[in-house]
Parts: sequence; structure tokens; C-alpha cells
Amino acid sequence: MLIKKPGDIPSSEITPKQSYLTRRKFIAGAAVAGAALAGGFYLREHIDSSDTVHAEGQKLNGIVKSPFSTSESPTSFKDITNYNNYYEFSTDKYEPNGLAKNFRTRPWTVAIDGLVKKPKKLDIDAIMKLAPLEERIYRHRCVEGWSMVIPWVGFPLNALIKAADPLPSAKFVAFQTVLAPDQMPNQKHPDILDWPYVEGLRMDEAMHPLTIMAVGLYDEVLPNVDGAPLRLVVPWKYGFKGIKAVVKISFTDFMPPTTWNKMASDEYGFYSNVNPQKDHPRWSQASERRIGEFRKRPTLMFNGYGDQVASLYSGMDLQKNY
Amino acid sequence: MKQLPEKFVRALKVPVFLLSLGPAFVLTWKGFHDGLGANPIDVITRTTGRWTLTFLLITLSVTPVRKLSGLTWLIRYRRMLGLFAFFYGSLHLMTYVWLDKFFDVHGMLHDIAKRRFITAGMTAWFLMLPLALTSTTGWIRRIGGKRWQRLHRLIYFSAAAGVIHFIWLVKADLRRPFTYGAVLLALLAYRIIAWLVARVRARRMLAAQQTVRA
Repeated sequence: MLIKKPGDIPSSEITPKQSYLTRRKFIAGAAVAGAALAGGFYLREHIDSSDTVHAEGQKLNGIVKSPFSTSESPTSFKDITNYNNYYEFSTDKYEPNGLAKNFRTRPWTVAIDGLVKKPKKLDIDAIMKLAPLEERIYRHRCVEGWSMVIPWVGFPLNALIKAADPLPSAKFVAFQTVLAPDQMPNQKHPDILDWPYVEGLRMDEAMHPLTIMAVGLYDEVLPNVDGAPLRLVVPWKYGFKGIKAVVKISFTDFMPPTTWNKMASDEYGFYSNVNPQKDHPRWSQASERRIGEFRKRPTLMFNGYGDQVASLYSGMDLQKNY
Repeated sequence: MKQLPEKFVRALKVPVFLLSLGPAFVLTWKGFHDGLGANPIDVITRTTGRWTLTFLLITLSVTPVRKLSGLTWLIRYRRMLGLFAFFYGSLHLMTYVWLDKFFDVHGMLHDIAKRRFITAGMTAWFLMLPLALTSTTGWIRRIGGKRWQRLHRLIYFSAAAGVIHFIWLVKADLRRPFTYGAVLLALLAYRIIAWLVARVRARRMLAAQQTVRA
């Protein structure tokens, strides 16, 4: 039998003591540095930014009550954030909450352009200080036939318009949602809707005190699923007019295109005022199911805001201008 | 196993039945455990609707699968599967009649006349009704096999009306209804092809017989 003697390890392959000690030091050092770096990032995320970044769920301070709020009892936070149309994320109403969890709302700027004295870009944190934040508890009526009562936090759009300083020739306001297909999965499918989502209002509608830009819900920073960091709320119109995650506001002298109108103009008009007498071609708009209630309730003209807004449309045929 | 012993065919009916009842069971369980979300009636409507279409398509795939695989005993489950399509379709209809319209007959008639997706849905259900009623062996005998088979071809039209109903009610994003539509088209295409092939074969046979005679 032949037993092979293991060959001696050549001295050239033995790491000198000094060398391996340095290597250990280097690894330990790298670990410390890595931890420090990670810690640094962590601090930047959580401390440095605490006074500027408004993370989901953070309390908003100094909110004032509004006489425009309804006394109806608000829909639960859970239902508002778990039953919602946000087609950029999903065409299913239960899915956007999960899919929007990691949506980045900072840094965020809103471009103001078109018929303005001076086009500009406003940072979201500056926008949030334009006017005192108000609680506005509004009825919300979806074009699909369900409704909620939502305690928004926001400020009148007219405050933002004044800051934007539009030219007298401006007759309409156009809004645009962010285009971020890496974060909004359905934006990779142009067959669903024509992205980015766009909406518009007539200048008098935009200036109306009921029209707000919402930045919060239930006294907290607006959840991503509801259109953070900045969304439009026009309570006498169907919910889809309330464009979410706004990055651009333009002033025009023509009626701007709107996404659902482009999709099906016989079903969704530019105005899209809540109107129980004007049925959607495929379903009735006479009644609605308030989330949390068993039986349907009748839908009110202008979603119950007729006293405040009916005069905006006096003399208009609302069967034609739907 | 192409020929399954009678014992197994019968025994297998129990799990097939229970499995088919699964969606209804899950829905009921969720209903009692706060699992249906913000708009339970909407979830019930959609779930029962989707299972109706699913069972219609499963029923329609029994014949192609049986023919292509040679698993002839599959035919023994077709009636049960078809009746489950009717069962979910009826639950779907009841949700509309009761939870959406609260038995408002006038409102429903208005809907059926004016809302084309409801017209299509109602058509789909009414086409299933005679099939469910004549599903028993007694009725097959009474009507006669050939005529019974012809009557039960109504399922093609019921499934088509169901898919159209789904397409017409969707606001945007037609991927789901189109998936059902594509499966239905494939199942109907199989039947057309099978029918054409059978015709060509029959003609050849006839021609062959004639040559022999001549």
C-alpha cells in the first residue's frame, strides 16, 4: 500500500502574520464604516428630515375646523384607505393600499406653468405652508355608485392659484399626475388609461372655496393610497375628478383634456358633476351605497352641495354638459 | 387510468361536490368574520359572478378534455359542474334582486330594458334555467337524447352572454373579461373543428362505401 505523504505547504502560500492581522482590521473597519454609513442614512431618513418630510401616518399640526364640513359621521380610516380607485396601481379597489406603500412622496415638486406671470416649481413642503391647513369633512361620491364621508385635511385651491399668479387670460386649470411607471405598475400598460392621468377645472370651479388640495386625512399626512402628497378634492363632482399625486398645474384658455373623457366621452364629461338625473349610459346614478350602510340611499344633486355651487352652472343644460 | 371503476367514479363525486361548494363556503365564512372589506355586497356580487363564468367554462371543457385525453369517465361530473354554474349564477342574481334592488320590480324591469350589461346578464341566467330544470335522467328520457342534447347547446349562448355581460360592465382594463372570453372562444373553436373533422370523415366513409359498391 502506498501512503502519500502530504506535501509541505510552500512558504510562499502562508500568509504572514502582519498581513492577516491587517486584513482582519480592514474587515472590522469596513464593518464599522458600513454600519456608520447605514446609520447615517437611517438618521438622514428619520432625524434630519423630521421637521420637513411628512411621512405617511405622521400627525399634522395646527389644523383648523371648517364651516364647510358636514356633520355626517366619517367613514372609517380603514375603509377609506382600503377601498379606493387608484388605477395607476391597480384596477382593483382593494389592492392600491398595499401597492402604494413604498411610493416616494419626497422630494416632490409641483410645476406651475401655462398662462402665469412667471412659471415656477414649488416644493411640496412649501405648498403645505401656503395657507392654514383645514379639516374638511366632505361627502365623496364615486361615479360607480358608492360613497363615503371623508375627513380631508387641506387648503383651498384658490390659495395656490393666487400664489401661482395666473394671467387674466387664464380660463381653465389643468392638473397632471406624476408619471412613474417604475413605482406605479399599471402605468406600464397604456391600454388601461392614457397615462399620465390628467384632469381639469373651469377657473370659477377651481377658485370656489369648496375646492381644496388635500394633503392629509384624519389629521395625518395623506396616505399614499389616497393620492399623497397632494391631490385635488372637488366634493360636488364624481370622485375621479379628484386627481392624485399632482406634479403639474397649468393655466389655459381652452378646456383641457381629461383622462376619463378621452377614454369614453359619452360616459364621462368634462364637468362630471354629481347628478342623479343624468345616468351613466350603463348604470343609474339615482342612488348610491354609502360604505358601511346596507341599503342604498338617494344621490343628491351636486352631491348635496347645490346651495354653494348650483349658481356656477346657471343657464347650462346639465344633460348635455355632464 | 382511462377506465375508472364505478366505485371510484361515485366516490369521487363527494370531493368534487365539496370543492365546488368551496367558493360559497369561503364567501360565507368571510361574511361572518368581517372579511369582505368595505363594500361586502360588491364583493359578493363579483365573486359569485366570476364563479358562475368559471363553472360554465369548466363545464364546457369536460367534453374537449374527455375527448383529447380519453378519460371518458369525466362525463359523469358534467351535470354536477353545470348545476354549480347555475347555483352561482342564481346566487349572483339574488344578490342583485335582493341586496342591490331590494325587490324593486319596477327598478329591475327598467334596468333590464335600459342597461345593456344587465340585459346580457339576465339573458345568460335565463338561458341556464331550462338546462338546470331538464338536467335529470328522467328529463333526458322524456325529451329524448338527441333533442335534449340540442336543447343543452344553449349553454354556448349562456356563456357568451355571460362574457359579454362582464365586458360591458367594466369601466376600463378589460384583461379579466377578455381572459374568460379567450377561454370560451378556444372551447367553442374546439367544437367547430371537431364538427368539421367529423363531417369530412363521414363524407370520406360514404365515398369509400360507394366505390366499394360500384
